[in-house]
Amino acid sequence: MITRMSHTCIYVLDQDSAYDFYVNKLGFTVHTDAAFGEGNRWLTVTAKGQPDMEITLMGINEGPMFPKERADMLRELVKAGTFGFGVFECDDIYATYEELKAKGVKFAKEPKEEFYGIEALFSDDSGNWFSLGQKSKQ
Amino acid sequence: MPLQYTYPNFYLYHRLVKAKMYIDEHYDQSIDLNSISSEACFSKFHFIRSFSKIYGKTPHQYLISVRVEQAKLLLQQGMPVNNVCFEVGFESVSSFTGLFKKVCGATPSLYQSRRLALKQAQQSKPFHFIPGCYVSSRGWLENSNFQEAVK
Repeated sequence: MITRMSHTCIYVLDQDSAYDFYVNKLGFTVHTDAAFGEGNRWLTVTAKGQPDMEITLMGINEGPMFPKERADMLRELVKAGTFGFGVFECDDIYATYEELKAKGVKFAKEPKEEFYGIEALFSDDSGNWFSLGQKSKQ
Repeated sequence: MPLQYTYPNFYLYHRLVKAKMYIDEHYDQSIDLNSISSEACFSKFHFIRSFSKIYGKTPHQYLISVRVEQAKLLLQQGMPVNNVCFEVGFESVSSFTGLFKKVCGATPSLYQSRRLALKQAQQSKPFHFIPGCYVSSRGWLENSNFQEAVK
């Protein structure tokens, strides 16, 4: 029986820039940051309330199983904002929204009451979409 | 540009977030919470109550948590414990050590030695830390240059 998820992956255009966005803007913690081989970097971050769920900030680099055409295509798709990667939860969405906005995070939707809770929409520095959510207090 | 009212308690949130971000940026200095609350146009008690409601900590507790988090980062970089203590705004090494142990479950020096050992292992054997699905899908093991790191 599968019980939980421990790793997930977000494709990013530039790992240095993604580091700055996820750590200095979103406030995530670096879990692992290790360079290996030629230009490869294993970079994972975790949210403060979920230290054992690693989010891999995966650079789109060519490799033996990842030919140039495929890497170029993926880079274009990410840049075009094709992917919605997930939902980040917070305790107080209005405070989080205000802080992220002050730090330059781009929101496409400000916090709004939906039937499942309060939700805002933002994109990361690569163009990946996320919901920022706060569950309705029962 | 004037601020726009867009959701309930917008002005309250705006002032509290500004105060929180002030602590984030000036944690290494001697912060007078009275001046932050008056800067944010609150009475001290209203400020503490509103801040705690949003962040789950009093401003002072939050300041301590920021200092401890920053201390962890500096310790991971190998900075000596005494230097870290003063760098993040604590004034006594013994109180820093006690507080750090209470929050992190280990003394600063033990925390540092564990983290540096982990970092060294991650650098020398990265494939011990990368799940196989990523290694296989990217063909990282196909490159003979990486083989040493796997063994």
